[in-house]
Amino acid sequence: MAESGFRGLIADHLVYEYNKESSQRLRALDDVSFTIRQGEFVGLIGHTGSGKSTLVQMLNALMKPDSGTVYYDGRDVFEKDYDRKALRGKVGEVFQYPEHQLFADTVFEEVCFGPRNMGMDRKQTELSAYAAIKKVGLPDECFDQSPFDLSGGQRRRVAIASVLAMKPELLILDEPTAGLDPLGRLELLDMITELNRDSAMSVLLVSHSMEDVAAYASRILVLDKGRLIYDDTPAEVFAHYEELQKLGLAAPEMTYVMNGLKAAGMDVDTSALTPDEAEESILRALRLC
Amino acid sequence: MGIIKTNKLKYEYIRRDEDNNVEGITTALDGVSLDIKAGDFIAILGHNGSGKSTLARHINAILFPAEGTVVVDGMDTTDSSKLLDIRRTAGMVFQNPDNQIIGQLVEEDVAFGPENMGVPTEEIWQRVAESLEAVGMTAYREHSPNRLSGGQKQRVSIASVIAMHPKCMIMDEPTAMLDPGGRREVIEAAHKLNKTEGITVVLITHYMDEAAGADKVIVMDKGRIAMEGTPREVFSRVEELKSLRLDVPQSTELAWRLKKRGVDLPDGVLDRRELVEALIRVYKRNK
Amino acid sequence: MLRDITLGQYYKAESPIHRLDPRTKLAATFAYLISLFLFKNPFVYMIAGGVLVCVIIASRVPVRYMLKGMKSVIFILLFTMLMSLFFTKGTVIWSFWKLRITKEGLSQSAYTGLRITMLILGSNILTLTTTPTRLTNALERVMSPLKIFRVPAHEIAMMMSIALRFIPILLEETDRIMKAQLARGADFESGNLFKKVKSLIPVLIPLFVAAFRRANDLAMAMEARCYHGGKGRTQMKPLKYARRDAAAYCLLIMYMALMIVTGLTLKSTPKTEALPAVSTNMISVSSDTLR
Repeated sequence: MAESGFRGLIADHLVYEYNKESSQRLRALDDVSFTIRQGEFVGLIGHTGSGKSTLVQMLNALMKPDSGTVYYDGRDVFEKDYDRKALRGKVGEVFQYPEHQLFADTVFEEVCFGPRNMGMDRKQTELSAYAAIKKVGLPDECFDQSPFDLSGGQRRRVAIASVLAMKPELLILDEPTAGLDPLGRLELLDMITELNRDSAMSVLLVSHSMEDVAAYASRILVLDKGRLIYDDTPAEVFAHYEELQKLGLAAPEMTYVMNGLKAAGMDVDTSALTPDEAEESILRALRLC
Repeated sequence: MGIIKTNKLKYEYIRRDEDNNVEGITTALDGVSLDIKAGDFIAILGHNGSGKSTLARHINAILFPAEGTVVVDGMDTTDSSKLLDIRRTAGMVFQNPDNQIIGQLVEEDVAFGPENMGVPTEEIWQRVAESLEAVGMTAYREHSPNRLSGGQKQRVSIASVIAMHPKCMIMDEPTAMLDPGGRREVIEAAHKLNKTEGITVVLITHYMDEAAGADKVIVMDKGRIAMEGTPREVFSRVEELKSLRLDVPQSTELAWRLKKRGVDLPDGVLDRRELVEALIRVYKRNK
Repeated sequence: MLRDITLGQYYKAESPIHRLDPRTKLAATFAYLISLFLFKNPFVYMIAGGVLVCVIIASRVPVRYMLKGMKSVIFILLFTMLMSLFFTKGTVIWSFWKLRITKEGLSQSAYTGLRITMLILGSNILTLTTTPTRLTNALERVMSPLKIFRVPAHEIAMMMSIALRFIPILLEETDRIMKAQLARGADFESGNLFKKVKSLIPVLIPLFVAAFRRANDLAMAMEARCYHGGKGRTQMKPLKYARRDAAAYCLLIMYMALMIVTGLTLKSTPKTEALPAVSTNMISVSSDTLR
């Protein structure tokens, strides 16, 4: 199949098992299907051991599913002659604690690694690396510094830049804010949103923080014990906050507040997910009386 | 006098270049004076680089003050003859769950501290059993630590500390690498030990919601104590907290915003339950 | 999964072999391995094999676990056996093209095969019935007389157990870093050797950095828990000889005596070529093929 019309990624009935030989088979992924269209900002939530990491590694062909497959721009990425290296440039993946994978002498060299591997020539590589370092908001002095001399938050930005420099069409981020302090977290998420908006890059954000996912994603996937149980807008997904709670997943703080108020008879909007939305809705409800 | 007392504590990191010349000096702690009462649960908040971890390491005599003093249960940490006594009095739980478990089995790790202290064999067994029971990890005593979840590993680390029968436990960002479930497990275990065993807990964190249950909250910034008080006192100063790069819990923030816009809410709302109750009161009064 | 490496190949069971002091097992394994090289005679091998079967039964470790350990060496075993089968000089009993099987080769091959099999099964019993902790503990105690020669027995044992604890963690870390670099377009497979080695730099540097960071953290955690070397240290699980260990030592002495007596009195086969001859044969063969 050459160019079909669809642009983006399709996960098609993915199944994966651990410990295949032993008696304690562990189904890490159980028939998972979804699509990510170009330009979308999708959140993926699920607790540790829900199969998130396994799933995320399949989307750029680092792991092969037992059955099912992944299509990118209409082509099966596990086909024999598919160029999976090029795929990893298009589907950029930032792992957890990505600063632990830095190795080069200078920040600039580090960021050039990806585009060079993608076969860009020297000029393209350097332009792309320069643009990526600028995009993540690192100052000019950083370029020639050793990545190991930077602060933790800055190192993480270098790692993200090193993936961005490959000019991905879809960026997957696995817990990008883990270990950062609140301001660092906010800056990083805002930066990702900007990339999504300005360059039409799709984003898949994997996170434990319901508040983050609720505030940034336009669609949410919820994974539990390897099964995709919800694939919907944040408001729709968090309307099931009681079911989520039973699975050991929480809903955003505001969902609980609004549902608590509603239960007491206040006419508030329970789909409010951020303090901003909640504030307006509560004020409206109080004035009505 | 309290169990942990620091007086005008100062500590500096000296940065050196490749030829060992001094490049600059970073002041990590700048005149910190603390007095922690035995049996208290203290939360120390602060963003990355505020000096909170450096402070923790002084209490356990891993770092020593450049100026000022640290006294733990009457012992000055610079008194090298008291080093082991200080470390057993103030046990320490670190951030990375993988890098502090020494034993190959859960029970062997818990035994490591008592073994170093020269506790007789039968008593080690008793202490291991008690400590694992206290953190609810008895069922895992013969498991390999590698197969536990992050929260379980941190509970093992807590058990390893209390097996040394310390008077206080210093926890240096024990939840920074855990998921929400693991965070809850660890904080609950710390509160339980504080209540039932009377162990003084010093919890260092950058998650403000973890501080809500503490007796006292200390906020650090640039090596100094920026705020100090009960959680309610500290949580009511939302603007100040935000300027110190702290993550104010959303319910606290919402209460503060609504109050600013004229809703009659109390100061320093700690969690969503308090917020909902207060709002319902307002709603009923209006009606 | 990688995480299982921690416990080595330890197979949990209740058996007299499991309960033995690890020092006893260490001594017995050592003696058994030596006994296999003392004589080359079918009766000696029959005794050694019989004892091995008895111990395996007593250990209650399922035979398939025993054989699992053989899997990794099966190639070497077959290779050595074939080498001795075809390249031992003596009376030819069968030949085809350049291949000749001699009578001596046949017996040599059988001996070599038996010897390697028993060697591996014998040492497998030790690791299958003893936890790595108890094993390092035993090594520390066995090495402790060497302290007079300034051998840091405690430190060596502590290093071994820390290594055992961190090997699986570092293996996982390697896997993680490799995947992260693959995601950045790294290629570990194509190219010549030089290129392949060079492609590993983005894996090795982060791995070293991580190992140092962990070592640093661990040292601090150990110090915080009052670690100050082996002096004045007590143990949760100290090694204590029991009566069954005395019995085991008696059996071991009886076994060694029986082996020596049998080996000296019953000489059934004429001594042909010993193992070194075979190995020189092997070397010349392999250098031939190289040319």
